[in-house]
Amino acid sequence: MQIDYLLSLVTFLPIFGAVLILVLARGEQEVSYRNARWMALWTSLITFMLSLFIWGGFDNQQAGFQFVEKVEWLPSVGISYHMGVDGISMWFVMLSTFLTPICILASWKAITVRAKEYMIAFLILETMMVGMFCALDFVGFYMFFEAVLIPMFLIIGVWGGKRRVYAAFKFFLYTLLGSVLMLLAIIAIYFQTGTTDIAVLVQGADIPVEWQYYLWLAFFASFAVKVPMWPVHTWLPDAHVEAPTAGSVILAGVLLKMGAYGFIRFSLPILPEASEFFTPMMYVLSVIAVIYTSLVALAQEDMKKLIAYSSVAHMGFVTIGIFSATTQGMEGALIQMLAHGLVSGALFLCVGVIYDRIHTREISRYGGLVHRMPAYAVVFLLFTLASVGLPGTAGFVGEFLILLGVFQVNSVVALFAALGVILGAAYMLYLFRRVVFGKLTKDDLKSILDLTPREIAIFLPLVILTIWMGVYPSTFLDPMHASVDNLLNNYSAALDAAANTVAATK
Amino acid sequence: MTFSQDLALVYPEAFLAVAAMGLLMLGVFSPAASALNRVAIASVVVIGITAVLVITGGSGAAFDGLFLSDGFSRFAKVLILLATALAIVMSMGYLRANKIERFEFPVLIVIAALGMMMMVSANDLMSLYLGLELQSLSLYVLAAFNRDSIRSSEAGLKYFVLGALASGMLLYGASLVYGYTGTTEFAVIADRFSGGNEAGVGMIVGIVFVICGLAFKVSAVPFHMWTPDVYEGAPTPVTALFAVAPKIAAIALFLRVMTGPFGDLAAQWQDIIVFISIASMALGAVAAIAQDDIKRLMAYSSIGHIGYALIGLAVGNEVGIRGTLFYMAIYLFMNVGAFACILSMRRDGREVTKISELAGLSKNNPMMAAVFALFMFSMAGIPPAAGFLGKFFVFMAAVEAELYTLAVIGVVSSVVGAFYYLRIIKIMYFDDAAEPFERTEPVMKLVLIGTGLFTLLVFVFPQPLLSSAQAAASALFAG
Repeated sequence: MQIDYLLSLVTFLPIFGAVLILVLARGEQEVSYRNARWMALWTSLITFMLSLFIWGGFDNQQAGFQFVEKVEWLPSVGISYHMGVDGISMWFVMLSTFLTPICILASWKAITVRAKEYMIAFLILETMMVGMFCALDFVGFYMFFEAVLIPMFLIIGVWGGKRRVYAAFKFFLYTLLGSVLMLLAIIAIYFQTGTTDIAVLVQGADIPVEWQYYLWLAFFASFAVKVPMWPVHTWLPDAHVEAPTAGSVILAGVLLKMGAYGFIRFSLPILPEASEFFTPMMYVLSVIAVIYTSLVALAQEDMKKLIAYSSVAHMGFVTIGIFSATTQGMEGALIQMLAHGLVSGALFLCVGVIYDRIHTREISRYGGLVHRMPAYAVVFLLFTLASVGLPGTAGFVGEFLILLGVFQVNSVVALFAALGVILGAAYMLYLFRRVVFGKLTKDDLKSILDLTPREIAIFLPLVILTIWMGVYPSTFLDPMHASVDNLLNNYSAALDAAANTVAATK
Repeated sequence: MTFSQDLALVYPEAFLAVAAMGLLMLGVFSPAASALNRVAIASVVVIGITAVLVITGGSGAAFDGLFLSDGFSRFAKVLILLATALAIVMSMGYLRANKIERFEFPVLIVIAALGMMMMVSANDLMSLYLGLELQSLSLYVLAAFNRDSIRSSEAGLKYFVLGALASGMLLYGASLVYGYTGTTEFAVIADRFSGGNEAGVGMIVGIVFVICGLAFKVSAVPFHMWTPDVYEGAPTPVTALFAVAPKIAAIALFLRVMTGPFGDLAAQWQDIIVFISIASMALGAVAAIAQDDIKRLMAYSSIGHIGYALIGLAVGNEVGIRGTLFYMAIYLFMNVGAFACILSMRRDGREVTKISELAGLSKNNPMMAAVFALFMFSMAGIPPAAGFLGKFFVFMAAVEAELYTLAVIGVVSSVVGAFYYLRIIKIMYFDDAAEPFERTEPVMKLVLIGTGLFTLLVFVFPQPLLSSAQAAASALFAG
């Protein structure tokens, strides 16, 4: 079945739902909140169903962009509304549409003030995320990339914890500073190549090398903050700790992927020489991120903070994989991002479950939960192990492929990265032991209840996908092959061509 | 050219001038109770008619080159007329509430609009000065309009003294230019330097003085000192007017003077504009952070915006001017909208201007909070609000002209500036609710919805506005 304008439909349907909520969810507070919740849930579910058609209609053999739509937007400057997905972006669209209904379900009871606005913010956020991954025009991409900040700023700032204002500002300004530099780089690329069409640019842009370095650094400023890479990661723990549970899920699940996606989509194909030049730096920063933040995570007393730092470490793996510029490394990075989106999202949900009951995230306030919450313990254990990278779970496939990929080009980096895996096991298992095992001594924990049906409904799809991805990753890898190969071929061809010109001029 | 042909080109201005006198008559002969209302409605109608005359008017120079009507001046005039009409509409409630219901108010705005139109059509240093003074004198009176208020009088006096100083500098510069070129006509001055003729030191000094005078009128750093005080002290609807219409007129005049008579000397003045632009952006961003009065904050915000608009002038070519004009058009709507919000900040029959009074607006008045937030995001340059496109096009011009330092400082100060815009949003959305404001007047609601929709719609369909800005910019360079 073919649906016209499928990507636009998936992108803007949530906004439509948000408008409906704005108009229809009126009346008494309780009634309007309930209506808003249901409308948001249905909107996001229908969006997810529609996005399944993207997957269903996706041609695995094709390396280029599919479902392409193009409408003139600023014809005199040559900027258009241009949408399309390839094997790299398709899964992120799916991830966004998949996580949003889960987030809305997770906020069902937790959000009691201004629930209507909350749902609207979430749906707008979904539009911006999906649009960002679909955008095939550089300026369009930038707009979605920045527009994401607005709903997220409000979600953290209005529904966040004690230091929400600080966290929201830090999140916003940090990210904005990075992205405005990217804007200048986009404009510069426009004048160098005469186009902002991503589909054209990724085929090789032929930008002079001396330009590439500056442009690459401008992109780096934007993407490194988003990933986040050490040392510009400090906004992340704050944002995660203060954001409401669902906000953390989206932040870890999708927003962090935007930076890595940017590296894959733009830095490597458009600026190949600079990417090669800066690869050692990326390795060093990533290895520091993996090891340093793992150690920091080990010392955390706040569960959300611990998982936030673990995100930085996991994203360190991703950047290593991307810049290894091997098929395995790149696909590993993509799978790792998807896996991290599911697993860390799920871990934040796990924290949310007990936070909703006890209203604290301090690790030492818990212990012995397994006695009262066996189902919860199983779910939490599964995601802990997936985060550690246990074979058979999603986390393993990504890490393994990344290590495989980077080992071919730089075994030292592989060695250090593998060290990170061990540290990852240490902090995650340590967290799990302190929260779930041990004696049940705290009084308020003695009456704590196990997962409700709603919470099981939230976790079930995540559990299924995590195991599916771990046991049969081909489902997820197959659509990527063609696009990743194409990207890497272009990349090495561009580097060869550059090497030849250097040799010829000598 | 015959006199009637000349007259045909100045129809809009002539009509407005006659109408302004007619409006005075109308005010005098109306019963005192209804005078303001009648004159205000009539003024808006007059401005509307003038706008139609402007749009349908022809192009050409009139009165021996004193007056020039072209696509550029028409674009600027339409914006000016729109801004003045909106200012009159928005001021009614305020005048009534503060018991300064005098019918001279809309008439003064109409006369100021006439001055502004003369400014953008000036094609000679003499007519430039006349237009500028007509505008300025009307505005001095408007600033002190609430004459029983010490602060309003102070604002008017301050504006007058400093404005007179600036006019003096401008005149001095003009006299030097005249002395070294022997003419006040723009076209002839331009000819003197067209063939690569060098400008002497005296001429350069003259240009610098002219720039100083104009920079004062657009309130660019380092001639911005009057802005916060005048904005704060003047009656709020007057501030709303100051923030928009005279800025557009002065920027248009600035563009005309720099690219017209001094166009071939761009190498001499470009660095000055670059400096003014950078200083304005930086100061606008940094100084606004510490403000707790919304009107002062808007003053610094407008200084910053002028800095961005001047990027286009610093570039100095068609792309740059297009960027500036596009920026000013969007600036108009953002500012009118923001001031409509500020004018609606009333409690117990009095206006409040502390930023902290906005606390919890999102609960008390979600619609106004949402629109205000939209304007703030737009001013900060965050998509999907039109303000982003304004910044995008000026930065685009700067990068194309290889003014990288300017562009980088510009984007970085836009991040710093984002901080105080976000602070307003924070107060409205994150803080606990204060007492609600009085009900928003229906007409304010209309203005809010209109400007808010515009801010979003321009983003969705930017091409028409860009094309008009493009046409205006080409017209500026065609002559």
